[in-house]
Amino acid sequence: MIPVYLDNNATTRTDPSVVEAMLPFFVEQFGNASSMHAFGAEVGTALGKARKQLQALLGAEFDHEIVYTSGGTEADNAAILSALETQTGRDEIITSAVEHPAILSLVAHLEKTRGITVHTIGVDARGRLDIEAYRKALGPKTAIVSIMWANNETGTIFPVEQLAGLAHETGALFHTDAVQAVGKIPIDLSASEIDMLSLSGHKLHGPKGIGALYVRKGVRFRPLIRGGHQERGRRAGTENAPGIIGLGRAAELALEYMSDEQTRVAALRDRLEQGLLQRIGASFVTGDPDNRLPNTANVAFEYIEGEAILLLMNRDGIAASSGSACTSGSLEPSHVLRAMNVPYTAAHGAIRFSFSRENRDADVDHVLEAMPPIIEKLREMSPFWRERDVRTDAFNPTYA
Amino acid sequence: MWEYTDKVKDYFFNPKNSGILEDASGVGDVGALSCGDALRLMIKVDEPTQTITDAKFQTFGCGSAIASSSALTELIIGKTIDEALELTNQDIADFLGGLPPEKMHCSVMGYEALHAAVANFRGETWVDDHEEGALICKCFGIDEGMIERTIRGNDLTSIEEITNYTKAGGGCSTCAESLEAVLERVNGEMVAEGTLAPEMAFSLTSYVRPVKKGKIVNLDEKKTPLTTLQKIRLIEETIEAIRPSLQRDGGDCELIDVDGNRVMVKLTGACVGCHLSSATIEGVQAKLVEAVGMPLIVIPVTQMH
Repeated sequence: MIPVYLDNNATTRTDPSVVEAMLPFFVEQFGNASSMHAFGAEVGTALGKARKQLQALLGAEFDHEIVYTSGGTEADNAAILSALETQTGRDEIITSAVEHPAILSLVAHLEKTRGITVHTIGVDARGRLDIEAYRKALGPKTAIVSIMWANNETGTIFPVEQLAGLAHETGALFHTDAVQAVGKIPIDLSASEIDMLSLSGHKLHGPKGIGALYVRKGVRFRPLIRGGHQERGRRAGTENAPGIIGLGRAAELALEYMSDEQTRVAALRDRLEQGLLQRIGASFVTGDPDNRLPNTANVAFEYIEGEAILLLMNRDGIAASSGSACTSGSLEPSHVLRAMNVPYTAAHGAIRFSFSRENRDADVDHVLEAMPPIIEKLREMSPFWRERDVRTDAFNPTYA
Repeated sequence: MWEYTDKVKDYFFNPKNSGILEDASGVGDVGALSCGDALRLMIKVDEPTQTITDAKFQTFGCGSAIASSSALTELIIGKTIDEALELTNQDIADFLGGLPPEKMHCSVMGYEALHAAVANFRGETWVDDHEEGALICKCFGIDEGMIERTIRGNDLTSIEEITNYTKAGGGCSTCAESLEAVLERVNGEMVAEGTLAPEMAFSLTSYVRPVKKGKIVNLDEKKTPLTTLQKIRLIEETIEAIRPSLQRDGGDCELIDVDGNRVMVKLTGACVGCHLSSATIEGVQAKLVEAVGMPLIVIPVTQMH
């Protein structure tokens, strides 16, 4: 049985050529880029090249707009905490109900400990932001808006340019957690109003433990981590040279495969989604079909629970993930699906399939073959499943 | 991923007694869709003997919820109602070789379902959670009665454990203070009743409490193979321990040599020619394998070198 990996929004396989690019920087070119000797100099040159590679993927105007971090979570924390320091006299944050915990836990903590006012903007049934509520929340006290570029669970893409423009009208900074978007959809920050953007290496076939915060030139910034001059004083600590170089190579590859992601990968996703809806009744797609990442499908199977589905899928060699409470250690189902008002009958049984450029047609064939008996087995065991009660028209997918 | 025991996995992948039990004598429904797990237990009871002759379940929930439901049916079939009611949620977890702490509430759900089904069979109204004392956790609809029962039944002494066993506090966690109050009261009562050591009891005024000791796994001990000398010593000690019982029957056993996994012994006295000597050899072998922790073959030899 060939394993089928469809959990690329959780993490991706590090591309072998990324690893190859990183390897010399452990035992051979191990110098500290800050050192005044040849060992340091050769690393410095490689870091410069890597920065250019990432700059190209982001379409950033200047390479020094990139601040390397330990990952997406650190970048998110750095962005928000910096804005609260630089935006004197402003103590409100606007964010969405469907952000990653890297944002939601942080702002909840700031609300509790620093008396910051947080406006959490809701979404509709397809996960689209309530723009009216957003407009109303913006004001002279807004320090920063943080709205994700694309949602990790449903793939729904937010209109970040429009949101950034509105934020700037009130003098607020605009940050976006683009961890799921970078490498999957084209990005051109030179033509953008976005002030700060977070990204993570391991979501785009790069290594874990490296990420970056883009800070537009001219945006005032206060470091989260102090103690050295690295990253022009914006992020202290000896550079993670292998990580930065790996991320550079990953960025280069992502640009190369960008059209493949938009076409072939999107077609695989669509075939899986439509095949599942055809074969399995009482199931539907969550998220906004018109505006979402090319690689993500979130399918809710009613009257059964996600962890049980995943365990059976795992036995068939299929890796995916679920917004179910039971898989996360938390006891509530996904905050994203709850914010979208997905009914409890389905929220517990929602499965996220996330593709990458490494997936092939055979993967989709295997999943389409494996899923119907899995769903049937669990529904037979479920006290809520009554086939006769299911009106097929009631569950016509929102997406077909 | 959760670390499920092989038995949990087996009972999830190949659940026994799942489905609908036609002409059930009692049905118990617990849990709800919104909570993420629900269990319907159906039992058939032989009236004259009050014995549960059959049981089936339907479960909406995760792997351990399904495994716990199936385990419950296996545990109660063949028992009288009174015997079945003595089962605790811990018995369900033990039957499965244990559950991850965060999943203990699955076993509690089984316990509740059994009581609900028996009440239904007896024509009583099952005292539902929501009617026993104040509703504490609004997210999952858990009341004080259920929390108190679970604290007592499982010697719980922390809020985290209460959440793991009952789910209470696992949602918005605004009930944390109420949970602390219940835990402090119940632990206090348990100390007074002598069922809980005073230093283990939860107290709002004391922040430092002894930590419940987990099982310490010594990885080295597991992995390092015995040296030949250690192995021979262990074999010697084990045989020395067996000898007295053989001597009582007028026999004896002497270690002659160890060669790899072959252990040469000489049976003497009454053992020689005894038609049970092969059984004795097998017994010695079993004891040695257990003590040394590796496969060994015991070979009886007749001559000394």
